[in-house]
Amino acid sequence: MKELLIRPELCLGCRSCELACAVEHSRGKTLLSAIRENPLPQYRVHVVTDGRGFLPLQCRNCEDAPCLTACLTGALHRDARGVVTCTTELCVGCWMCIMVCPFGIITQKHEERRISKCDRCPDREEPACVNACPVGALIYAEIDDQARLQRQQVLAGLRTL
Amino acid sequence: MNIDEKIKAKSVDPASREMLQVAADQNIETVWERLEKQQPQCGFGELGLCCRICAMGPCRIDPFGEGAQKGACGAGADTIIARNLIRMIAGGAAAHSDHGRRPALLLKDVASGKNKNYELVDVEKLKAVAARLGIACKGRKKTAIAADIADIALNDFGKQDEETLAFVKAYAPVKRLARWQKIATDLSAATEKTIGILPRGIDREIVDIMHRTHFGVDHDPLSLIAQGVRASIGDGWGGSLIATEIQDILFGTPKIREATANLGVLSKDQVNIVVHGHEPILSEKIVEIASSKVMEKLARKHGAQGINVVGMCCTGNEVLMRHGIPIAGNELQQELAIITGAVELMSVDVQCIFPALAELCKCYHTHFVATSDQAGFPGATHIQFEETEADQCAKKIVTMAIENYDNRNHDRVYIPEITNSAMVGFSVEAILDALGGTPEPLLDAIKSGAIKGVVGIVGCNNPKVTHDFYHIELAKALIAKDILVIGTGCWAIAAAKAGLMQTETAKDAGPGLRAVCEALKIPPCLHMGSCVDCSRMLVLAGALADALGVDIDDLPLVGSAPEWLTEKAVSIGTFFVASGVPVHLWPMPPIAGGDQVMEILTKTAGEVFGGYFFVEEDPLKAADEMEKIINKKRQALGI
Repeated sequence: MKELLIRPELCLGCRSCELACAVEHSRGKTLLSAIRENPLPQYRVHVVTDGRGFLPLQCRNCEDAPCLTACLTGALHRDARGVVTCTTELCVGCWMCIMVCPFGIITQKHEERRISKCDRCPDREEPACVNACPVGALIYAEIDDQARLQRQQVLAGLRTL
Repeated sequence: MNIDEKIKAKSVDPASREMLQVAADQNIETVWERLEKQQPQCGFGELGLCCRICAMGPCRIDPFGEGAQKGACGAGADTIIARNLIRMIAGGAAAHSDHGRRPALLLKDVASGKNKNYELVDVEKLKAVAARLGIACKGRKKTAIAADIADIALNDFGKQDEETLAFVKAYAPVKRLARWQKIATDLSAATEKTIGILPRGIDREIVDIMHRTHFGVDHDPLSLIAQGVRASIGDGWGGSLIATEIQDILFGTPKIREATANLGVLSKDQVNIVVHGHEPILSEKIVEIASSKVMEKLARKHGAQGINVVGMCCTGNEVLMRHGIPIAGNELQQELAIITGAVELMSVDVQCIFPALAELCKCYHTHFVATSDQAGFPGATHIQFEETEADQCAKKIVTMAIENYDNRNHDRVYIPEITNSAMVGFSVEAILDALGGTPEPLLDAIKSGAIKGVVGIVGCNNPKVTHDFYHIELAKALIAKDILVIGTGCWAIAAAKAGLMQTETAKDAGPGLRAVCEALKIPPCLHMGSCVDCSRMLVLAGALADALGVDIDDLPLVGSAPEWLTEKAVSIGTFFVASGVPVHLWPMPPIAGGDQVMEILTKTAGEVFGGYFFVEEDPLKAADEMEKIINKKRQALGI
C-alpha cells in the first residue's frame, strides 16, 4: 500500500499543498470557483514552520491510531484503503480525537461542531497535496520503494541523511 | 505526417503541429514542455495574492480564510492585487511607449539631417498628423513639420506640467476627453482625494505607478486602479499612437495588399532571414538591404536562389503591413521556425522573444542575432544597432545570413508546406480609402444592421490555451453573427494563417456582413497591424464616434484578448476599457483573489467608463456575450 511521505528538507513553504487540498475538497474543484464557495472549502494539510524549516503535515494514519480509540461514536474508522476516515454525520464534536492526535492535524470544520481531517483524497490516484508540490517534498509511494530509493541516494552521495 | 494526439492539443495550426512533431522526434524542448515542467503553478500567484514588493515579504493572503488575511504591513487582498495589477500595466505601457520613443527620436534626427539612413517616406501622413496636432504646414518644409511633430511627441513623454498629453488631446474624441475629465472630478469629489485620469506625461504616469506601489504609499484599490487607467491612456492614446503615427511617416502608411502567412513561407533554396520582435526601424532596413542587387548576387554566389526575409510576431506585422513581407508565424511559432533547420539567421529587437532561442539555435546552423541595447540574450551574437548606422548594421546582418547558407544541412531541413494568403494593410487610412474616403458607408452598414457591430481582437498566444484555437474560433463565430472583426498582433497572424483574411471568407460570414465585404471587396477579418497599432483601432473608434456625434461607449464595439500573456495586453485591455469598450479576457488575469478589485474592473468600470472586463473560457459563449453587448448598444442607439 502506498503511503504519504514527507521530505521536510525539500519543502520551501510555498503552501501549494494547502491550496490544492482545499480545492480538492471544494464543490467546483477549481481554484477560481473554490475561493468563492460558501462555506469556503477547508484544507487538511498544514505547512508548519519554526523559522528554520518547513514541515507539510497531514494525517499520518497511525496503525494504533489514538483518534480511533478516542472516537466515542464510531465516526472515525479505518476504511477499505486503510485510511482513517470520518463519517461526518456521526461526528458529535466532542473533540476527543483532536485532544489525542499526536500530530495536531485534526481541526474543526468551518462553522460546524464537527471535525475536519485528511481523507487522503479518495477520488484521486495520488493525493492532491502530493500532486501540487513543486519540489517533491511530498511523496506517495510504497514504503519499501521509497526506502530503497533513499538508500541508493546515500550510496550515490546525493544526500546526507 | 502522422501527428500525435498530444501534439494536436497544443496547437490547431497545421504547420505548427508538423513542427511540434518534428521537435518531438528530435527530442527538442519547446515552450509547451517547459510550461508543463512548471506545473503545478502557484495558486497564490494565480489569484494575485502574493506580494513581493518589500523585504518583509513574500506575503500571501490565504484565499480559504484560515491563514493570514493581511500582509505584514497590513495590506489586504485587494490592495495587493491592485498594486500587482497596475505594475503589470506599468510594464506594458512602458514597453509600448518606449517603443514609440525610438521612432520619435529618429524622426527628430531625420528632420534635422543628423540621420541620413532614413527619410520622410509618407508626406501625406506627415501633414495629417501635423493637422491633428495643430502644426502649420503651408509653405513649410517637410523637415520643419517633422521636427515639430517630433518635439511634441518627445515632450509628451517627458513633460512635467499638469496638462493632458498633446497627442491625447489631438486624437481622443471630444466626448471621451470631456468624460475623462468629468470622471476625475467625480472620483475626486467622492473620495475627497485628488484622482487623475487624463495622462500628464507618458513616462510620468508609469513612474507614478512605480512610486505609488512602492512600500507604504497608495493602498486604496480604487485610487491604484485609477492610476493604472491613467497610464494605460498614456499608452493607447499616447506612446502606442505615437509609435504608429511616426512609423507611418517614416516607413509609409499601410495600404491594402496581399501577403502569405505561416511557416511554409520559409524557402528551401533561398537564404532565410527571420525578423522577430517589435520595432520596425531595423527590420525595415534589413528588408531594404536584402532586396538589393549586391546582396542577391552574393546569395547566388553562396549557392542560394536569393534572399527570403520573413517576419515573426509584431516586427513581422510591421513589415507585413507596409511591404507585404511574408509572415512566418506568431509568438508560439518562434521556436518552430528555427526547428525547420532552414533559418540562416534570426534577428531580434525587443519584446516577446524567448531567451530559449539562443540555446535552440545552437542545435542548428542558425545565427541568433540580438540587436537592441535593451535586450541581451545569453548565447546570442550581439550586433549593436544604432539608427545612425542603420545601413551598415543591416548589411552586416544580411551578409552574415548569406554566408551562413554554406552551413545549412539540407538533409535536416523540414519546412511544412503550409501557407495561406491574406489581404492585409488595413490602416485607418486604408479602411477609409476602401470605403470611398469617408466612414459613412461603414456607419450606414452598422445603422442598417448589415454589420451589427465590430469586435477588435488583440494580442498574444499563450500555451495555456491551445495555440490559435481561441483566436480562430472566436473570429469565426463573430463573423457568422454579422460582426466585423478587426485586430492586431498575434491574433492577426493567427487569422491570416487560418485564411480568415481572404475576400472569399466572406462566404462564412452572416448575410449582412457578407454583402458588405463583397461590395467593398474586403475580408470579414481585418489586419490592422502590430500590437502598438491597437492605437489604429482607437482612432477608428474615435472617428466613428465623432462622425455619429456620440461617445465611444455608445458604439456597438467590443474588445478581446483571448490568448493573452503579456503585460502589454493588460495595458491594452485597460485603455480599451477606459475608452469605453467592454473587453473580454482569457485566461483569467491574476485578480480573482480580491472581491473589490473584481467589482471595480467588471462592474464599476462599466458604470464609469462604459467599458469593463469580462472573462470567458469558451469562445462560442464569449461570442454570444459579445453579440448581447452589441445588441444592447444598438438598442440604446435606436438602430
